[in-house]
Amino acid sequence: MSSLSYAAPTSVDDAVKLLAGSSGLAKVLSGGTDLLVQLRSGRVKPELIVDTKKIPGIIGIREENGGFVIGAGTPGAVVEAHAGLTAAWPGLVEALDLIGSTQIQGRCSLAGNLCNGSPAADSVPALFAANAIAVVVGSKGRREIPVEQIPTGPGRTSLAKDEFILEFKLPPRPARSSDAYLRFIPRTEMDIAVVGCGVSLTLDAKGVCTAARVALGAVAPTVIMVPAAAAALIGHTLDADTLAKLDAAAQAAAKPISDKRGTIEYRTKIAGVLARRTAAIAFDRAAGIKNGKAH
Amino acid sequence: MAKSYVSATINGESSEFLCETQQTLLDVLRDVVGLTGSKEGCASGDCGACSVIMDGRLVCSCLVLGVEAEGTSITTIEGIATGEKLHPVQQKFLEHAALQCGFCTPGLIVATKALLDENPNPTETEARYWLAGNLCRCTGYDKVIRAVMDAAAELRGETVG
Repeated sequence: MSSLSYAAPTSVDDAVKLLAGSSGLAKVLSGGTDLLVQLRSGRVKPELIVDTKKIPGIIGIREENGGFVIGAGTPGAVVEAHAGLTAAWPGLVEALDLIGSTQIQGRCSLAGNLCNGSPAADSVPALFAANAIAVVVGSKGRREIPVEQIPTGPGRTSLAKDEFILEFKLPPRPARSSDAYLRFIPRTEMDIAVVGCGVSLTLDAKGVCTAARVALGAVAPTVIMVPAAAAALIGHTLDADTLAKLDAAAQAAAKPISDKRGTIEYRTKIAGVLARRTAAIAFDRAAGIKNGKAH
Repeated sequence: MAKSYVSATINGESSEFLCETQQTLLDVLRDVVGLTGSKEGCASGDCGACSVIMDGRLVCSCLVLGVEAEGTSITTIEGIATGEKLHPVQQKFLEHAALQCGFCTPGLIVATKALLDENPNPTETEARYWLAGNLCRCTGYDKVIRAVMDAAAELRGETVG
């Protein structure tokens, strides 16, 4: 039996010292819905688990400088219950809410979903599209980096051994802004994305898109930003020509693998379809049409 | 490897136990505390047979470390009835024959209790989505959902037939 230690530090400094001082593998524990499965299967064999949930601020949501700050370990159920965040960022909230069951929602977190490094992670395309900033803490202090710089490959991140994410900052929302996330799965619940798509955008008073960010999941080794898809939207209403260009840009960016969930050809086509459908929902929401799925 | 000392409230009573880091809350409940009502189905958070309510939130006890239980309040299937008197959810599962082999039943009852604590008047769709993390290979779910909806009505004071 290998010896596995556990610590639940109550400050960032203590947590960083524990991570830095570990001679073997140290794993950060938030909700544990991925880590405990990996421990059980033997896929990871840490010597130390640092439970971050006792660190002040790591669980909870607050408004700051016109935007929202979400504690890295905040459970999905807590995020979903936050009316202000849900109104401003319905796409991010629906993406996080798609992870697992009610039981998983009681524990799963944005930071866990991001740092687990799955290309198919549901909340990550929405987090990318939202232009979220990760507040990373470590021995060298605190740094703020765009979330898309965190995952580097399946199961890998850019974080150093002694670093972890403390919180996520979402930028202030201009008027007529909204977002959406869709994933394609062959059933209605409890499955892993064949393709996922997050879109965040802003419209002007005439319904013309003035800013957009589009991200795709499960079509590359990490979740990816698709600037060409965003460019297809900016300066346009959501007419047939815009949708066709968006579809083509999403398909061009998709570089999936074939596996049991779908072939390369299938996933590529779905990436275009989902980009169109997700953008349509985001447009409707930004225009103030509730639950819009008209397109 | 030294074991950790953990103090928690389990089914309303203060409880203390020793556990190793890699032991899950489910391991501790079953093998250390002696509460074997919570079942291990998949041990990966997919089946819900180990569902417990921890500080008011429904969780899979197989995805919680025993050491994380420090200072928390936990309700297991053993804490649902009041003495010999079954909780309405338990009674309705019996009346509607919402089980066959019974292995998923503790998790389903705990999950239903958590649902009705949060939403006393769920639609059938809401109940089905809430319970999507509780797998049952016997009933086909219809009897389960009938029991849940009937229990919800009874708890709201709407006695049906």
